[in-house]
Amino acid sequence: MSHAFSGRPLEQVTVAAAVAGELGADDVRIHADTLRHQADVAASAEDPRLAANLRRAAELTALADEDLLRIYAALRPGRATEAELSEIRDELRGRGAVECAALVEEAIGAYRRRGLTR
Amino acid sequence: MGTERSQGHASGRFAALDAAAVNQDGFLHEEHEAGLVTISSPADPEPSLRIEDGAVVELDGRPAADFDVIDEFVARHGIDLAAAAEAMALEPLQIARMMVDINVPREELVRIGRGLTPAALARVVALLRPAEMVLALTKMRARRTPSNQAHVTNRQDDPLLIAADAATAVAFGFRELETTVPVLGDAPCNALAMLIGSQAAAAGALTQCSIEESQELLLGLRGLTTYAETVSLYGTEQVFVDGDDTPFSKAFLASAYASRGLKLRVTSGAGAEVLMGAAEGCSMLYLEARCVKLAWAIGAQGVQNGAIEGINIAGSLPLGMAEAVAENLMVMMCGLESCSGNDTLMSQSDIRRTAHIMPIFLAGSDFLFSGFGSVTAYDNMFGPSNFNGDDLDDYLVLQRDWGVDGGLRTVEEEELIAVRRRAATAVRDVLHHLGLASYDDARIEQVVLAHGSKDVEALDPQIVVDAAAGIVERPVTVVEVVAALAETGHELEAERVMAMVHQRLRGDYLQTAAVLDEEMNVLSARTDPNDYRGPGTGYSLSGRRRAEIDGIRQARTRADLLGEFGRPLDGVAFRELGEAEPSSEPREVAVGVSPTFGAEINWTLSGLSVWEALRQVLAGIEEEECLGRLLKVRHTIDVGMIGLTAARLSGSGIGVGLQAKGTALIHRRDLPPLANLELLSVAPLITAEMYRTVGQNAARHVKGVPLKPLRNPYTEETIGARYHAATVGLVAIERAACLPGAPPVDLEVVR
Repeated sequence: MSHAFSGRPLEQVTVAAAVAGELGADDVRIHADTLRHQADVAASAEDPRLAANLRRAAELTALADEDLLRIYAALRPGRATEAELSEIRDELRGRGAVECAALVEEAIGAYRRRGLTR
Repeated sequence: MGTERSQGHASGRFAALDAAAVNQDGFLHEEHEAGLVTISSPADPEPSLRIEDGAVVELDGRPAADFDVIDEFVARHGIDLAAAAEAMALEPLQIARMMVDINVPREELVRIGRGLTPAALARVVALLRPAEMVLALTKMRARRTPSNQAHVTNRQDDPLLIAADAATAVAFGFRELETTVPVLGDAPCNALAMLIGSQAAAAGALTQCSIEESQELLLGLRGLTTYAETVSLYGTEQVFVDGDDTPFSKAFLASAYASRGLKLRVTSGAGAEVLMGAAEGCSMLYLEARCVKLAWAIGAQGVQNGAIEGINIAGSLPLGMAEAVAENLMVMMCGLESCSGNDTLMSQSDIRRTAHIMPIFLAGSDFLFSGFGSVTAYDNMFGPSNFNGDDLDDYLVLQRDWGVDGGLRTVEEEELIAVRRRAATAVRDVLHHLGLASYDDARIEQVVLAHGSKDVEALDPQIVVDAAAGIVERPVTVVEVVAALAETGHELEAERVMAMVHQRLRGDYLQTAAVLDEEMNVLSARTDPNDYRGPGTGYSLSGRRRAEIDGIRQARTRADLLGEFGRPLDGVAFRELGEAEPSSEPREVAVGVSPTFGAEINWTLSGLSVWEALRQVLAGIEEEECLGRLLKVRHTIDVGMIGLTAARLSGSGIGVGLQAKGTALIHRRDLPPLANLELLSVAPLITAEMYRTVGQNAARHVKGVPLKPLRNPYTEETIGARYHAATVGLVAIERAACLPGAPPVDLEVVR
């Protein structure tokens, strides 16, 4: 039932396919649906925090590797101005990553109060 | 160091104590102002929690306006508000008692643990005594089946050696492997070598490469690692920021890892705040409670703690070992995977470093070590672990001694060499196929047989740097690795690495405490929850696992011993003659030997042949101008009775008793059986010269002249441990050969 980020069914992610040069990076990347399913499993096992993390992860599947690294870097202390963090928040929101946007929104408030923006 | 100090002592006893290994360790008095305090400091806040309109407005005595960035995150996400009122209303002592009450299920305690504030959580676990901690660990860990993690590194970042050592670790039973690098640029090469090597001995081990956070993430994105662990959390805001992160950046990082199907746990543990000079006067346990609540708050599935490198500072203080275990318990109380420390050499003393592992070892954990140094200590680029590659046999024997599953198993030499060769060859072929590096067959042979990197020729470091750069630039992902394995004939490794890709696509190992068994089943808090509820419940060893643990390679059967000690004598044999009669020859000394002497048993415990021992005794008798006579005593295996029987038949009334295993004594016919004139009881240490002295002294008893001095030798060795197993086997052989009621017979030496 599982499929890769590319949509390729898991049964077709094989050694033979790798040798034939049929597999790209997106064929070995997890799909957002799978992460949402894992979030549900965590939630039904009474772990709401792990579930929330996995839901944020599902949102982040839409982002390229460089975007992940860029946003992580901006959230490090003293790296970004409040305006830059707000832009990131809006960017995430615009790409449907609403829970990640909410996390950045919380960070903006905390960083402002604790002097952790640039 | 010990000897220098010892010169100041008048007492030899104190000089010896100073020289003990434990005195190379450092010890400090508590000074809470500097954070040099383990369990409880006056600066630790009183537990408190105020909630208004569904939001935390006061946490552990601090109002929301004064929250630092850690308080802020914990207040928003780290307290389960549905359980908080109930949990905070319970007395800490009551919760501590619930932790050791087999009638209170683990899930109930996890619910309460998540409702506690950091100060309250720390206060609860501080109330447990060591034995209570062991019970609580047994009950509270997330996964039922225990497991173990290995460090796999080397000083050269040699990829073939990384691969061979990864295969070695998996052969010994480790299910997670962690590598790191002395040279940052080498990391992609290490990660690739680990990924392949980890699948050579068995399927399903998870691998990680511990380096700077964003570079580590990049390796994960490429599929070259399957989990991450060194996402560090700290207990004070200052240290967090000094570590170039905040709880928010870490939370984002955690989601980023999961977004690419990577398992993640965070790392914390006592000591970091003290060493960074920013502990705010608080105890290590309280600061760690903040980290643990934060770990749950960001949605990590697990935590590596138990002091980690900080064990050296925690361990210098009172209750340091207890504090480390209390950290693991706090993790378990939040329902998280515990990767339980024991990963830093905490003492120069073997006694002390072993004591450190014992609570976790006896109770079991999701990962008993968050890095058992599977390589030899000098190759461990994290620094020596508390247990290292050369300690593996000790650890395997400890598992067997206690009947506990520490996650490891015995490996036969032939099997180990085979899997090391598979792993090293596969990595060599992949690197060559991808045009990254070339190594010849001789290099593989060096690596396969090496104990550590000192046994392999040091090559130009640029080879690894270039290979790593090639992996980054191309970029090489797990897809290219699988294809290269298949195209170079390493089908099994190709399939197994692809099976790891499938796990990444399914994401089942993102659940709490997940590990893959060798059949690729996911064992986690979801699929294999710890259901310990007292004796007879929870994890127990399967028959197969019990056999694995019991069957250490050093164990011998009685048949093996018979083979060793029954090896034939060269050029000498003994023939039994008729029934022995009492003699009237006044210069005669009878030498009685045991039932198996020179028959089933031909070699003594000291390594001398029975003939050599006997020949020396007879020569000693002759030197003192007496006559030796040889008897076999068949009705008893007791050396005293053998000697006495000989004495009673001896013309002089003096006899020698000599067991096949080598024990010897001199007896006299008028003494009770358990008395004797002289005894050499420590058979493994008896020399040919001592047997000769026994013969001489037996004769001197006949003549009534002064004896030669005969003393059992000095020893500090574990004679009992080394020889008792053999002794039991030899005695059993003697017992089987014993003929109750059979009279002694004269014995002839045939040469």
